[in-house]
Amino acid sequence: MHIRIHSRLAVLAAACAFAGANAFAATPAEMRKDFEAAAKTAMPGFSGLSAARGEQFFKTTHGKDWSCATCHGVRPVTDGKHTVTGKLITPLAPVANASRTDLAKTEKWFKRNCSDVLGRECTAAEKGDVLEYLLTLNKG
Amino acid sequence: MKTKWSKTLSLALICSLSVPVAAIADNLFAGTNAKWKAECGSCHVAYPAQLLPTSSWQRMMKGLDKHFGTDASVDTSTAAEIGAFLEKHAGSKRGIAGETTMRVSETAWFEREHRKVDAATWKNIKVKSAANCAACHTAAEAGDYRERGIRIPQQEITR
Repeated sequence: MHIRIHSRLAVLAAACAFAGANAFAATPAEMRKDFEAAAKTAMPGFSGLSAARGEQFFKTTHGKDWSCATCHGVRPVTDGKHTVTGKLITPLAPVANASRTDLAKTEKWFKRNCSDVLGRECTAAEKGDVLEYLLTLNKG
Repeated sequence: MKTKWSKTLSLALICSLSVPVAAIADNLFAGTNAKWKAECGSCHVAYPAQLLPTSSWQRMMKGLDKHFGTDASVDTSTAAEIGAFLEKHAGSKRGIAGETTMRVSETAWFEREHRKVDAATWKNIKVKSAANCAACHTAAEAGDYRERGIRIPQQEITR
């Protein structure tokens, strides 16, 4: 019993040290996996992420004025543009932008932008679907 | 030899004159903070703290979840750090219209500084909004809004 608790603590400590050193760094593929796992926990019958569903979600409005594509563009492998201020937004798709690897930042922007686009927070399935879609995009 | 000395002397004189001139040069805003730059600068240029009074910044920081129609909320510790930075550098003598205005473009200072900008420029697709400082102020990202950095974009020719 003691050994089991200790080994768990060791794993936890190692995980914390890792997270601290990397400031919540995560590859898009890792984030995708986590969203999928969270979606399955939330909905036991969840059949897996879908790029097609993600694309549809990304390009349509959800009862408010904007869609994701309003600012990020219909093919987010190029720069987007903030629809109000005109400020450039670097590409969302991992293939075109290697810098989007901060989990806290990803969650922060999902929270804000889902609030703007849907008037609520997004579910893990919705976030995962969008990421699945973004991961299918090629530069060409 | 004499010429060389006089050249040095005049150079020193020019330098000593230009220092106070640079120091009082208007519209060059000092003071930076990494979180302010990252958070306030992601959807628009991180507007210099000097452009609004403390009361405006306090009101702004309390309503970030409804920030000009968008959710710009940040976590509590980030908000505290940014708030303190803004208050430290907040403006005091820019003729602020209404003490809690949240729009820099509503201040008397902004209107005075932009009185010569014509209507067509504001409508230019490359400008789009008075929030888009960097459209004309090419060094805005560095807090530099001086005359020398201004380039009014040309209207795109539409057919």
